[in-house]
Amino acid sequence: MILIRNGRVLDPASCLDEVLDILIDGETIARIDKKIAAAGADQVIDASGLLVAPGLIDVHTHLREPGYEWKETIATGTMAAARGGFTSIVCMANTDPVNDNKSVTEYIMKKARAEGAVRVFPCGAITKGLKGEDLSEMAEMREAGVVAISDDGKSVRNSALFLKALEYARLFGLPTICHCQDESFTGVVHEGHGSLISGLDAVPPVAEEIMVQRDISIARYVGSPVHITHISTGGTVDIMRHEKGRSPLVTCDTCPHYFTLTDEATLTYDTNAKVNPPLRSRADVDAIREGLRDGTIDMIATDHAPHDPVSKEVEFNLASSGISGLETALALSLSLVHEGVLDLRALLAKMTVNPVRMLNLPYGEIAVGKPADLIVFSDRAEWTVDRNAFLSKGKNTPFHGMKLRGRNLLTVVAGRIVYNEL
Amino acid sequence: MNWSRKDLLGVRELSKEEILLLLDTADSFRDISRRDIKKVPTLRGKTVIMLFYEPSTRTRVSFEIAAKRLSADTISISTSTSSAVKGETLKDTGRNLESMRPDAIVIRHNMAGAPYIISRILNSSVVNAGDGAHEHPTQALLDLFTMREKKETLDGLKIAIIGDIAHSRVARSNIFALRKFDTEVTCCGPPTMLPPYLEELGVKVAYRLEEAVADKDVIMMLRIQKERGGTSFIPSIKEYSSLYCLKEAHLEKARSDVIIMHPGPINRGVEISDQVADGPYSVILDQVENGVAVRMAVLYLLSGGET
Amino acid sequence: MERVLLDEKAMERIITRITHEILEKSQGSKDLSLIGIRTRGIFLARRIREKIREIEGRDMPLGILDITMYRDDIAKQKAALAVKKTDIPFDVNNKIIVLVDDVLYTGRTTRAAIDAIMDLGRPNKIQLAVLVDRGSRELPIQPDYTGVLYGAATEEEVSVRLREMDGKDEVLLSKSP
Repeated sequence: MILIRNGRVLDPASCLDEVLDILIDGETIARIDKKIAAAGADQVIDASGLLVAPGLIDVHTHLREPGYEWKETIATGTMAAARGGFTSIVCMANTDPVNDNKSVTEYIMKKARAEGAVRVFPCGAITKGLKGEDLSEMAEMREAGVVAISDDGKSVRNSALFLKALEYARLFGLPTICHCQDESFTGVVHEGHGSLISGLDAVPPVAEEIMVQRDISIARYVGSPVHITHISTGGTVDIMRHEKGRSPLVTCDTCPHYFTLTDEATLTYDTNAKVNPPLRSRADVDAIREGLRDGTIDMIATDHAPHDPVSKEVEFNLASSGISGLETALALSLSLVHEGVLDLRALLAKMTVNPVRMLNLPYGEIAVGKPADLIVFSDRAEWTVDRNAFLSKGKNTPFHGMKLRGRNLLTVVAGRIVYNEL
Repeated sequence: MNWSRKDLLGVRELSKEEILLLLDTADSFRDISRRDIKKVPTLRGKTVIMLFYEPSTRTRVSFEIAAKRLSADTISISTSTSSAVKGETLKDTGRNLESMRPDAIVIRHNMAGAPYIISRILNSSVVNAGDGAHEHPTQALLDLFTMREKKETLDGLKIAIIGDIAHSRVARSNIFALRKFDTEVTCCGPPTMLPPYLEELGVKVAYRLEEAVADKDVIMMLRIQKERGGTSFIPSIKEYSSLYCLKEAHLEKARSDVIIMHPGPINRGVEISDQVADGPYSVILDQVENGVAVRMAVLYLLSGGET
Repeated sequence: MERVLLDEKAMERIITRITHEILEKSQGSKDLSLIGIRTRGIFLARRIREKIREIEGRDMPLGILDITMYRDDIAKQKAALAVKKTDIPFDVNNKIIVLVDDVLYTGRTTRAAIDAIMDLGRPNKIQLAVLVDRGSRELPIQPDYTGVLYGAATEEEVSVRLREMDGKDEVLLSKSP
């Protein structure tokens, strides 16, 4: 039994916000009360002055296994997740082989059970091989454990096929996670003031916005749930605001880099700032923050994209896209609270309650009888990001050297402590 | 003032005083090229490596002549494809070269930002001879040198830059440099070749050639960048040329002492007519001569002094 | 602590004397020309030229020489030294060139000036006129016309001030810190 004592317990689902003790027995939460006696507890965690929340859920992570184990493995990726305060993560299908059939799904599930520090929920591909030509075996993958489908990394170019995919997925209650990008536009940075100066090939924001509109229009027509992932432009926020009133089936997430960095980070040609969708303008960042504030943006995901140094230490045009984000997400997200954009409960809801509702998973809550997936964190501890201290194999972050405020200190998954800094 | 930078990667980061220092120094070096013994011992014993990932004869030769006239030793490396495709990363190429202890590396690359990668890892001085569509600092410097020489001062000048601005490093560098002085710069071309937000750089925008050349002291024509995807932004060279080719008749709208510039190589009949290119207002060949002087000044300021 | 080696009157007399010596040695040659070494050498050369105009009524060709490109210690500088204009508006071939400088010390500046002139052509003669020769040569160079010979110690600084540039004519000695 583990006793977490004296922490300020926040449960967005029930609006609980009180200093309480929590007793964990086996894999579940046994008691939540003021002053629980320590007798019988094997471990007592003193959470005085700290916050206790449900473990965070990330709907968008790349674990790179199978196929790209030099960039990340399920073992290292989940350790990074644990450090970052995530107790459940959804891993995307762009592995090698692609997760488009039950064998790959089963492989991932098995590896995750054996080596994963946190809960892993695979996302299956929409199309075989991510080629955008034929539907993947969703029924079998569903049975093997996928919780959603996505061709993330790419969009399904063929609109007619995308419609069929949503119709088919509807049968299995699988939400479709959409990476929205019209690939006829080529470029490595956002088309704006930054690209004007840097001379890098630029992609206009409409490349994202037209696909967002397309995917939502098709979803509404078919009646199938879609989740637009990593939204980055003000135009997309406007579309979401407009559509959410009309379609309860549409949700979206954004990533910490889209509400903290602008395309100015690319002016030095730092490939750690190369990400897809690209970092946007100040106006887009402000719009994203407003979208988080007014509830248009439901979730914060990491799009954790670890890369080996070689694929980043090349010319900007040739560098791989992506930011290794699991270990900085909480602190960056807490900046929204520090800056008055969101209150703590609303922020945590975007990383717990809202994700599990979309995925229909029984986590994300602190309540007696629920699975003991918890984090203990400080919302004010100051620290400097050191990429070399990352547990992820991916050291590619544009935040290296930055001072952040807020840090995860303890992670519990199914009643087991998987990360402890206290 | 003294020059204190290790590298010349772009003009955008230079101050007006640094640009003037470069131009004044180039003035002294130009005399060297005009006398019988076209050499000074200033950089004797120094090694300058030309690392050209993009084909170029004129810029490479200009740098080589500049280095040799300073008595430096030069080596030219031309690679026709990007390093990553070949297997050796730019970083490794740079490191390998550094082991041979060059004093300066002049790099031209087809991707923006490549010189910044090299300069971060090398102790040698790095000169950007053109990186993708980003900057071509020595070109802008020699253009400013030419303008200043013909017009006596840069302040108060009205300049038109015409052509594929979006893909042109010559345009970018010139805009950054000219805007540090009291100039009025007008950019002109078809909308597909003018990047959005261009006015944020402090320039005017025109889409018609007649409008752009009106009352100008300097008209700078750019070439269509076939190798940077330039031709897909216009329906045909023929149509581009009918709208944007600078002809004698256009010069009547400019000031009577206008000068015509072009970074070269010129596509005769496409962006500039024969009469204008060879006419009395053209300073295109002066630009080439000044290029050697400016590059001598750059190499001297970067390599003269302690490494 | 400074002391005056030459005051304004002394300098005026020296420059007059040197001018007469130059004219005497050249025997009125039409090939005589002056080249002042930047920076103060230029003003001294101009004064000599003015005096020649007063004495003989003729105008000497005058050149300005910046020797930065020919220095032998470029690699030792912290940063690249500023290069200023060299302007020698006459042909040096077959001329008698009198180089004019304010202070002769190691002789390296003169060596650089000689190399610079040789790259322009082949003079008949190159001679050297200096206001102060402070000894301590590092190269086998000697002046043809000397204002004053003063064997300065290494820590001593010999500062020439000219009215065109410094507001006043004098040569000062001080111990460098």
